[in-house]
Amino acid sequence: MAAPRSRRLASALVPAAPYLWLVAFFLVPFGIVLKISLSDPATAQPPYRPLLDLSGGVGGVRDFLAGLDLETFSTLLGDSLYVDAALSSLRIAMVATILLLLVGYPLAYSMARAPAGWRPVLLALVILPFWTSFLIRVYAWIGILRPEGYLNAALLWLGLVDQPLQILNTETAVFIGLTYAYLPFMVLPLYATLERLDRTLIDAALDLGATPIRAFWTVTAPLSLPGVIAGSLLCFIPIVGEFVVPDLLGGSETLMIGRTLWSEFFSNRDWPLASAVAVVLLVILVVPIVLFREAEARRTEAGR
Amino acid sequence: MTRTARAVGAVRRSFAPWTDPAAVPLIRFEGVTKRFGDTVAVDGLSLSIYERELFCLLGPSGCGKSTLMRMLAGFEEPSEGTVTLGGQDLAGVPPYRRPVNMMFQSYALFPHMSVEANVAYGLKQEGLPRGEIADRVLEMLRLVKLEPMARRRPDQLSGGQRQRVALARALAKRPKVLLLDEPLGALDKKLREETQFELIDLQERLGTTFVIVTHDQEEAMTMAHRIAVMDHGCLVQVATPGEVYEQPASRFVAGFVGDATLLDGEVAGRTDRGLWMIRSAASPEPLLVDDPDEDLRPGQAVAVAIRPEKMVLHQDPPGPAAENALAGEVWDVGYLGDWTVYRVKLDSGALVRVSRANTSRFVDRPVAWEDRVHVSFAPDAGVILTD
Repeated sequence: MAAPRSRRLASALVPAAPYLWLVAFFLVPFGIVLKISLSDPATAQPPYRPLLDLSGGVGGVRDFLAGLDLETFSTLLGDSLYVDAALSSLRIAMVATILLLLVGYPLAYSMARAPAGWRPVLLALVILPFWTSFLIRVYAWIGILRPEGYLNAALLWLGLVDQPLQILNTETAVFIGLTYAYLPFMVLPLYATLERLDRTLIDAALDLGATPIRAFWTVTAPLSLPGVIAGSLLCFIPIVGEFVVPDLLGGSETLMIGRTLWSEFFSNRDWPLASAVAVVLLVILVVPIVLFREAEARRTEAGR
Repeated sequence: MTRTARAVGAVRRSFAPWTDPAAVPLIRFEGVTKRFGDTVAVDGLSLSIYERELFCLLGPSGCGKSTLMRMLAGFEEPSEGTVTLGGQDLAGVPPYRRPVNMMFQSYALFPHMSVEANVAYGLKQEGLPRGEIADRVLEMLRLVKLEPMARRRPDQLSGGQRQRVALARALAKRPKVLLLDEPLGALDKKLREETQFELIDLQERLGTTFVIVTHDQEEAMTMAHRIAVMDHGCLVQVATPGEVYEQPASRFVAGFVGDATLLDGEVAGRTDRGLWMIRSAASPEPLLVDDPDEDLRPGQAVAVAIRPEKMVLHQDPPGPAAENALAGEVWDVGYLGDWTVYRVKLDSGALVRVSRANTSRFVDRPVAWEDRVHVSFAPDAGVILTD
């Protein structure tokens, strides 16, 4: 019976679809990057050796495998530049995530508490910036932050400063840019949890004698933790590898691994080293992702 | 007439501070109105509730009973009028400073805390010493028989257990008044009946004033000392369950609490026995009703309300001694096991509900659809409604 079998095949393929997707667009490219990271740089096209030559048969494959080594990784670990870039990226991502939480939580909270009719409008306003290019929005910040930009003009006009502040090309500008660019990623998951939060739980806390502030810290805050974790993850992970914001708004002292990767690839044309940086970046991020996921799993298990 | 000496409905216990003019009410609503925008949820309502009373606010959804309760809890402020508790005006007192606790309809248990922590929550806010909190939590869990569940989380409990946690949590602070919003609404029928009696028992032991909001008349009838029947933001009747059932104040109450047949008519006069004669399309003879109301005028439009169990169904024409005999045809028969409910279509076109207790397992002459029957009721079975 052909029809049932093909239907059975189809029903087996549907749950497999996300895995197929991951294999085709994540695992295979990652394998290629990993392979390049184990190669040596060469002045050639493509700029690394060895190349896999399948026409050489089993011997060709053996030669190819023999040509792979971990040299790039030892270079990476040996040069403090890369270690510093990685640590600096983690630090910047952490500070930015905290800033995003400080700005995003009150924003999401007031959105969730707004009259029900207003919420879709507020939500649309949060998503609206996505309609323009990320690059253009970051460029716009250059116009705002540069010494003769709008921010300094406003500060001078208000008499708060005597001379323009140097904000552009500093770490401050990077934090401003990151907080601005990633705010929706923090606000949306927070809003989703806060909006679903049962208001009668707050009423119950007040009824039992908790002041509104106590009710917030004992009920709202712990119950919005899944949103805090999700939002922080959604911001922290891409910020670690962020390239555009530090490149456009940061100064030469803003060291981030994404920038290092870019310069290895395009300035130095050292593809193996750049690939190694990419692999390290991934490993750095896989660890927190797995840890978070495990924490989540344990939390839901305990909650059941 | 001996009727004044007779009691109305069932009398549970001798507790009736509302009949004592010297008694001071614990809770007082005075001219309370609550508006939400253009809608009036509670409309100029005055009500007194006494200490140790088990008081039920009964009404259909949207009648304002929940708003009334939320004003007691402090979640809503009256637009007009005052609410006092133990003589203190509650205006501007936030919920967390009121000696009132509430059991929420959804129970509103904190999902991230254990049963223990839920019960302890209110005590912690009071800043009681740790040892005392632990003692009181244990006492409360014992009271609701949930000690073995202390470490569980709410989602590991059954509906009935959750209801008891909510009760323990609300009682832990020993409030002057416990508000219960549809306390049994989420339980199934068997558990609901059991819990009703448990709540009555608990209330009697603790002596806490209970104010229960419900739309379930059976729940109100079983539990309350007094019931306030509400409709459209107004009180329609405030009385004991027996009075509400046997002497409904209006057509709304007669129809909302239990079933009743309403026969429209007008006052024709009074017999020498003191019975009111009501001329009605339902019967060629005037209906005779024994009603204490002395202020009826001849010609006044009224309705006679009769409860189904107080009507008698005759398969043969009743003798001339039967009062208020109405002829008709069986329209509907509903067999409920303990009762059988008949709907009889009178010759005037009016539908009358008659119920009969199935005291025997066997029936010699079953009543069938379209049978020609007669229905009668005693003069004191009917109530005259003037609204």
